[in-house]
Amino acid sequence: MLKQTALNAVHRAAGAKMVDFGGWEMPLSYGSQIEEHHAVRRDAGMFDVSHMLPVDLAGSGARDFLRYALANNVDKLTVSGKALYSCLLSPDGGVLDDLIVYFLDEDSFRIVVNAATADKDVAWFNKLIAQHAPRLKLTPRRDLAMIAVQGPRARERVWAALPGSAAVTEALKPFVAANFGQYFIARTGYTGEDGFELLVPVARVEATWSALAGFGVRPCGLGARDTLRLEAGMNLYGQDMDETTSPLESGLAWTVDLASVRDFVGKSALVAQHPARQLVGLLLLDKGGVLRSHQKVHTDLGVGEITSGTFSPTLGSSIALARVPAGVAQGTTLRVEVREKQLAARVAKPPFVRQGKILVS
Amino acid sequence: MNVPADLKYTASHEWIRAEADGSVTIGITDHAQESLGDLVFIELPEKGRRVTANEACAIVESVKAASDIYAPVAGEIVAVNDAVVGAPEKVNADAYANWLFKLKPVNSADVAKLLDAAAYTAAIGKE
Repeated sequence: MLKQTALNAVHRAAGAKMVDFGGWEMPLSYGSQIEEHHAVRRDAGMFDVSHMLPVDLAGSGARDFLRYALANNVDKLTVSGKALYSCLLSPDGGVLDDLIVYFLDEDSFRIVVNAATADKDVAWFNKLIAQHAPRLKLTPRRDLAMIAVQGPRARERVWAALPGSAAVTEALKPFVAANFGQYFIARTGYTGEDGFELLVPVARVEATWSALAGFGVRPCGLGARDTLRLEAGMNLYGQDMDETTSPLESGLAWTVDLASVRDFVGKSALVAQHPARQLVGLLLLDKGGVLRSHQKVHTDLGVGEITSGTFSPTLGSSIALARVPAGVAQGTTLRVEVREKQLAARVAKPPFVRQGKILVS
Repeated sequence: MNVPADLKYTASHEWIRAEADGSVTIGITDHAQESLGDLVFIELPEKGRRVTANEACAIVESVKAASDIYAPVAGEIVAVNDAVVGAPEKVNADAYANWLFKLKPVNSADVAKLLDAAAYTAAIGKE
């Protein structure tokens, strides 16, 4: 039995094609996923992301605990509302999940984790808390729903749909959040566009969704979310990295703080690693199909594999993330096995597209 | 679901129209384009290729998946529709107007044995 978000009936009434995503029944698209994609790049679209789980961490010593539990350094968070992207690592340096942590105040943080990994993450955090900080309290917030409103017009549409919210959120810098009444409004997202992610009490989410739709925000499904995040060069947990891969082999070295003296879960394993692989972006040069996950990649330094591939609606051609041998340089032309053919693709540095602009050629 | 009564069908979601010159025109059904979603790539067989019944001879790819297209009956490919190769989205817009290829059947009696609209409608109802 698939889990449903509070907006399930709204999606069905809108004619959405529903799919299983991490055990949740979610909208794939409401019509053309390419049109949904363009709506986000050019105007404003919204995604039900209530399958993701907010988890609140409270108590004296919360920062010290997260300094140890997370691979990125929460000491970077000094202003209330500031957000940080981080991996959650296992002791052997594999990626248990990727998450966003918000600093609320010295004794209070909010963490948003992926849907499929939510139960595993909560159990892992609770185990670490029991061992290292038994006074901390961890509270999963299934009473909160989440809507991501994304696109160049996203913020102004939110301000129109939620009267009074502009005063509180107009000055928010990227990657900062603020409370507005019962809403938690963060200037974050997973599309490469400006916008907000709204955390809202489940009882209010349907009214919020309708209000946004009334101001012209287009409902978008997971199909468009995937093409948008891949154009933006953002990893998808479970596909581009998981427990068997290191963040150093997943294009996430920038999120791992190995330079400081701080100890954290997985650090000693990462320090001992000499990554033999790297995650790179690929642009398909030949005609002949679409790049997809698990296709083999042939380079002069050995074989690799596509982890995520799709057709990019903005570029009008196929793009991918691929795990290839370390040392394969930007600009290299390599070969991807697509069915019985070997198609030429070029290594390019993600993001491919950001804020409506193509960044690769 | 749009299933024109004057066409023949396969369980693998091709439609087939018998032409006056003895050839058959083949495309994918409205149900198929709807299930695949936005089409972004189409590869068609070479003209002159001989195919057996149920042989994979074309490929359609949407943003989310790739799908083989099968020859509904044995025959020789006599025409391909290059217009859909250049603009795969045409098939999403009208799956019956935008055909993929034409073939000349080895045995024209094979065409009569394909599914009719009622049988195809029943088949997709069970999916």
